[in-house]
Amino acid sequence: MSSVPLYNPERTVDWHLPGKGRVGMSALIVGESALFTIFVVAYVFYLGKSLSGPKPSEVLEVPILGTICLLSSSLTIWRAERAIEDDRMASFTAWLGATITLAAAFLMSTALEWRKLIYHDGLTISTNLFGTTFYSLVGLHATHVVVGLLLLTSVFLVSLTGWVDSRQSERFGVVALYWHFVDAVWIVVFSVVYLIGR
Amino acid sequence: MSEYLLPVHEAVDQTIYETPRGTFLENLHGWVVTVDHKRLGILYILYSTFFLLVAGAEALLIRIQLAFPRSHVLSAQVYNRFFTMHGTTMVFLVGMPFVFGFANYIVPLQIGARDMAFPRLNAFTFWLTAFGGLLLYYSFLGGGGLYGVGNAPDVSWWAYAPLTERSFSPGHATDYWALALIVSGFGTLGTAVNIIATIISMRCPGMTLMRMPLFTWLLLVVSMLTLVTITPLTAAQLMLLIDRYLGGHFFDTQAGGSAQVWMHFFWIFGHPEVYVLVLPAFAIANEVIPVFCRKAIFGYPAMVAASVGIMFVSYSVWAHHMFTVGMTSVSNAFFTLSTMLVGVPTGIKIFNWIATLWGGRIRFTTPMLFCIAFLFQFVIAGLTGIMQSVAPWDWQLHNSYFVIAHFHYVLVGAIVFCIFAGIYFWYPKATGKLMNETLGKWHFWLFVIGFHITFDTMHFLGLLGMPRSIYTYQPDRGWNWLNFVVSVGGLIQGVAVLIFAYNLIRSYSQGEIAGDDPWDAWTLEWTTSSPPPVYNFEELPEVHSRRPLWDLKHPDDPDWEYEA
Repeated sequence: MSSVPLYNPERTVDWHLPGKGRVGMSALIVGESALFTIFVVAYVFYLGKSLSGPKPSEVLEVPILGTICLLSSSLTIWRAERAIEDDRMASFTAWLGATITLAAAFLMSTALEWRKLIYHDGLTISTNLFGTTFYSLVGLHATHVVVGLLLLTSVFLVSLTGWVDSRQSERFGVVALYWHFVDAVWIVVFSVVYLIGR
Repeated sequence: MSEYLLPVHEAVDQTIYETPRGTFLENLHGWVVTVDHKRLGILYILYSTFFLLVAGAEALLIRIQLAFPRSHVLSAQVYNRFFTMHGTTMVFLVGMPFVFGFANYIVPLQIGARDMAFPRLNAFTFWLTAFGGLLLYYSFLGGGGLYGVGNAPDVSWWAYAPLTERSFSPGHATDYWALALIVSGFGTLGTAVNIIATIISMRCPGMTLMRMPLFTWLLLVVSMLTLVTITPLTAAQLMLLIDRYLGGHFFDTQAGGSAQVWMHFFWIFGHPEVYVLVLPAFAIANEVIPVFCRKAIFGYPAMVAASVGIMFVSYSVWAHHMFTVGMTSVSNAFFTLSTMLVGVPTGIKIFNWIATLWGGRIRFTTPMLFCIAFLFQFVIAGLTGIMQSVAPWDWQLHNSYFVIAHFHYVLVGAIVFCIFAGIYFWYPKATGKLMNETLGKWHFWLFVIGFHITFDTMHFLGLLGMPRSIYTYQPDRGWNWLNFVVSVGGLIQGVAVLIFAYNLIRSYSQGEIAGDDPWDAWTLEWTTSSPPPVYNFEELPEVHSRRPLWDLKHPDDPDWEYEA
């Protein structure tokens, strides 16, 4: 057998690549952003084009409490990320529990808002263009919150059994990345629907 | 700096693998539950080859109907269903699965990885795509619903509103169309995420971004473009379903909704989609052309830059599909100029391929023949594209057969030709057998002759004013013999594709044994055995240049001495 001498200029160079979980989630977020962009564009384009009432200014109230809950949940999940990296599991479970509570509170505020709009103001998805675009945009975001809530709750339940520790911190970071995205989208949806469009 | 010895027989895995043959059920089970990127890649390719035959048969029926004036082979309704299904199938069930089949099979091998980043997601997204195809074709059975109207969707592949609204398209046909595209769209999104994560995070040591084979580079670009291309379509389909099922008004012109909004959303998807399909064709040409002219690709960094450039430019050209809608002159000017801009990076690519061929020792094997035909045809397709980017020209020829001829020149003349090249090129790697060259040459020459008879002639039909999507025409229009010629060309292409399918099956059992590296190529997939073992590489390779296998074969003259 012949042997060939190989001059190997980079043998000692370390080889580090970004984690696949984070890269995959970032790619998904890019795709999701395009999805939301289309719904936001539709909402903005159809502002004031409804042929009949009710109009946004007549029925929408700014959901300050729900927004505060959702945005502060980004802070609590960030605390949970720090905790799991340092292997402080009690603190992790507490901050994760707080995140879940805040997310549930946000969903509750959306549910109450929709209940008022449907039963009190008579606005459904088929009433007019405002109803169609409002429920689909806010509903699309709420669907993402529900998915995030399911992810967080399953991590929470597993962490109660004591199986989660700092070795899973990178995976939890992927879930947290998704959650930060859901929060960031709300800033856009909130501004478009309740500040610009009202 | 270190110096060490690496025996060639260890660097190139030459083990012969003998796997015991299980029963049919065991094999079937193995293929259904597989998470192996190579098996999934083959499943994608077989799936899209099957639908290529189905959609090809639909096209032939369309051409038989149009071969003679006032023909009654297909009724107007059936004709509408067939051109809708032909278009939808070719884009979503043939083009996309071919792209992802090649990506699945080749990318992990080329970057020296053992599998994709998320193997189970990979299997899941394949079955989503497959289920989407079944859903679309199930409409032939279930589309009528309780209304007893229509069966397969007949709203054309762009499905302009308000034709798709419930009042104009009762029954379930349009719902099957929308659901099929949403389901396969999720599959596509997942696969794109997977390919990106694989290329970013799974490269073997030494495989820096500027050492990646161009095929992998272009698939990275394609996947990034897919992320922002397929999601607007999904969004628009969700809106359509909200309109149809929940009484929404997105595209309901009676309630203030806008049909134009659908056009914008659809073409924001639809135009970048062309590049999602054509960039993999470039990717295949990037691998095949250098190997068969025995030269490294010319202008590697320019090729990468041009691909990334195409990705960005392609996202700002969509409304050139809408010049006749009546946009402002500023919009018309913008989309004319941005569309012309696409010609710059694609032109760079064409010149680089020609420069690669220049002075090379060209071997005219079947894959190379397909790539050379691709070069000529893509130049023509690009030129007619530039013609139509000029808004006043487009006003004259919009919705005529000139447009059909142009985009089939891209989709068939460039993409399908390169897909054939890719299959002839990598078939020996996937099966261990070479495809028959004689049958391959028959396939190529019949296909290229049939292609030109059909699609060159179609340009003239368009210039003579024949509109698209009509199921028949009057005999006094002067289109008769041209239409007949177009249909004859279609039949020749049909024969060529049947020869290809026969070759594909026959070579599996009777083909020549290929060996690991039948083409004397330079990228990592040719270092492992044919077919590769489940784990691809016994030891993860380490690369130092763009052509690692060249370095192994020519240790006295390795590439890294010349690459910066």
